[in-house]
Amino acid sequence: MAIEQQMVDIIVEQLSVDKDKVVPAASFVDDLGADSLDLVELIMAMEEEFDVEIPDEEAEQITTVQNAIDYVNNLK
Amino acid sequence: MRLNGKNALVTGGSRGIGRAICIRLAAMGAHVYINYVSNPDAARETQKVIIAAGGTADILAFNVSDATEAQDAIKQLIKDAGSLDILVNNAGITRDGLIARMKEEDWDAVIDTNLKGSFVCAKAAARSMMKKRWGRIVNISSVIGFAGNAGQVNYASAKAGMQGLTKSMAREFAARNITVNAVAPGYIVTDMTRDLSEDIQDKIKAQIPLASLGNPEDIAGAVAYLVSDDGAYVTGNTIHVNGGMYM
Repeated sequence: MAIEQQMVDIIVEQLSVDKDKVVPAASFVDDLGADSLDLVELIMAMEEEFDVEIPDEEAEQITTVQNAIDYVNNLK
Repeated sequence: MRLNGKNALVTGGSRGIGRAICIRLAAMGAHVYINYVSNPDAARETQKVIIAAGGTADILAFNVSDATEAQDAIKQLIKDAGSLDILVNNAGITRDGLIARMKEEDWDAVIDTNLKGSFVCAKAAARSMMKKRWGRIVNISSVIGFAGNAGQVNYASAKAGMQGLTKSMAREFAARNITVNAVAPGYIVTDMTRDLSEDIQDKIKAQIPLASLGNPEDIAGAVAYLVSDDGAYVTGNTIHVNGGMYM
């Protein structure tokens, strides 16, 4: 599965939002209604799905769907 | 008050108050993980009692004061069992002495096991609870954390610290339907209090309106309430079970 697709699935599940709202430019907090605990859970779900550990400083930079996709792509 | 299908971990569950909590939660239908660190025979005995009564229980050896060991054990539990729904932070030790003579190691050991151990286990367990949008964490505190006690600055500080941990976690996890509460026992008949001389026991009883030491089952009853549906609307609070010695 493409990373984009995997990431959209994780976001849809974690934030309980409609799939069509999860566009690359969407901000987790401003557009998808995530609170601080949602963000922590999202990062933990990404860590699990992609088997990585995301340090706090880097996690703070992941604020949009595109950020998250880029982050995982850059791991390769 | 049924807990069928729920997995419960009780730290320090092999003896005393922890043992009574394990037996009670298993009787309510939970699958119980009995954690111990030093006494495998006691853990097996507790497991036997549970199975004889028709319940189910596993034994899980790890030291709550060793963050890596505790985290790994709880992660593995969640992987094997599918979820961890109830955590009772009960593991506790004492290293009593007047502060003027208290060694740094005695301070550290008590803080590490009683306070840091609770943080470590709660952190690891919360991951599963957040996912399931359901969880119960109960911290076993102590009347000493509220009233203080000469000769127990380390224990009193750790137990008072658990109150801050309880309230802050209750606020953080409320949005995920995880309740976090404390039960603060008074003087309970366990290995920890059995060592006290008769003279001291008499002095203690004189401070207790109900005039006797409590039993581990009295604490288990309060825990049972908090983890059941009856206690669902209670979070960030403490149930004092102490015969009235601290009000």
